[in-house]
Amino acid sequence: MPRGTTDATNPGEAVHIDASIARLKLAGLRSNLAGPFDLAVAPGECIAVSGPSGSGKSLLLRMIADLDPNEGDVSLDGRNRRDFSPPSWRRDVMYSAAEPGWWLDIAMQHFPGPTLTFARENMQRLGLAPGLLDSPVIRLSTGERQRIALLRVLALDPPVLLLDEPTAALDQDSTARVETLLRERLAGGTTVVMVSHNPEQAARLGHRRFFMRDRRLVAA
Amino acid sequence: MNPILLSPGDIAISAVLIVLDGVLSLVLRLNLHRQLAIATVRMVVQLVLIGFVLRFVFALSSPLVTLAVVVVMVAIAGREVAARPEQRLGRIGNYAIGASAVALATFLAATLALTTAIRPQPWYDPRYAIPLAGIILGNVLNGASLALDSMLSGVVRERPAIEAQLALGATFGAAIRGLVRASVRRALLPIINQMSAAGIITLPGIMTGQILAGMDPLEAAKYQILLMFLLSGGSALAAVVVVYLTAMRLTDDRQRLRIDRLTAAHQGRTP
Repeated sequence: MPRGTTDATNPGEAVHIDASIARLKLAGLRSNLAGPFDLAVAPGECIAVSGPSGSGKSLLLRMIADLDPNEGDVSLDGRNRRDFSPPSWRRDVMYSAAEPGWWLDIAMQHFPGPTLTFARENMQRLGLAPGLLDSPVIRLSTGERQRIALLRVLALDPPVLLLDEPTAALDQDSTARVETLLRERLAGGTTVVMVSHNPEQAARLGHRRFFMRDRRLVAA
Repeated sequence: MNPILLSPGDIAISAVLIVLDGVLSLVLRLNLHRQLAIATVRMVVQLVLIGFVLRFVFALSSPLVTLAVVVVMVAIAGREVAARPEQRLGRIGNYAIGASAVALATFLAATLALTTAIRPQPWYDPRYAIPLAGIILGNVLNGASLALDSMLSGVVRERPAIEAQLALGATFGAAIRGLVRASVRRALLPIINQMSAAGIITLPGIMTGQILAGMDPLEAAKYQILLMFLLSGGSALAAVVVVYLTAMRLTDDRQRLRIDRLTAAHQGRTP
């Protein structure tokens, strides 16, 4: 693969990422439902993917996180996914679903050990009363759940974040708060691949933007 | 033991009650008389047939024939376990899981009782082995089918929760633990209820049968206690085997949740 190629479907893209410094690299990632996808993302870079519902955006993120069966190569900092145990891969390349899942009754129970401290300290930054962490999940609104689920992911501070519509259920103010937090992470070197229905958000956060068409990535 | 033997005439008298049921259905327009008639005939034919078969097998007293009868019973029980859940694990997944769990639990519990507690001569005497395998099978089937149904319906319902844990870096074992626990619990509740109620709310079937057959009530109670231990042990074993085999089939070498291996009317589709 030639140096400086970021996307096999579109060689010569405006932003050149040297493959040798790619944090996350996809090569021929595919399943019988979507792909193949080729992409190299640098540390601190944000990729925004948009496209109609059912076009395969979530599939792409799930395949990167190895939650759905897939073929092809994915690597993190040059180390192939095959050489990671699945849990440690997912801890480093962390997927956050559009509709977060909860497996215990109370919100705070989903924050083990020191992550709870992080959550309590950052609730207000996302416009949430810290006391909400002590509520049963079932009593939280969709938007509250979405933000708390995001804290769950951010608290673990993975080097790569795969965010599936992270602000879909949020109003303008909450969306701005989430974006501020994400921008800080990007500045700190976290790599983000984000699916967003919102073109303005994609423009605000995405260093490069892609469109999902016929289950393939097309540069926007 | 001096069981009181029934003559065909004795049974015919009690059949009056079935006729009464039919009349009731006609008078109240329950529209049940046809089903009632079919069920009655089936019951009589099935029981008389099995009576002849058992008499024949007991007379043969051949370990191979006894084993064959038990294998057929296990195979039918496996099919029952497989058929209950709304979801199917591949084409024969449910059946393979149900039959192996039921076979293992029944075989172990029955062999234990025959070789250590009841000790007929020889230990595989069909007069003891077949009824014992039958009653264990009935209970083990119940436990196994509850466990399988709980796992398969639970995994569909709790998919977002399980995948959220996987995505955060949990092992598959940790992510499915809650469901595993709930499924084994659900499988064990009936036998726990049965034990708590035994002797107070219900007089268990085996004990009733033994008393009717002329056995001393205390001796009959001892038999029933032994059976309850076998049933609870067998159910627990079957439930655990079902739950772990199912969990293994629901994941792969990359610790994914392979809900795509389930087929059902409302199969989960990846968004």
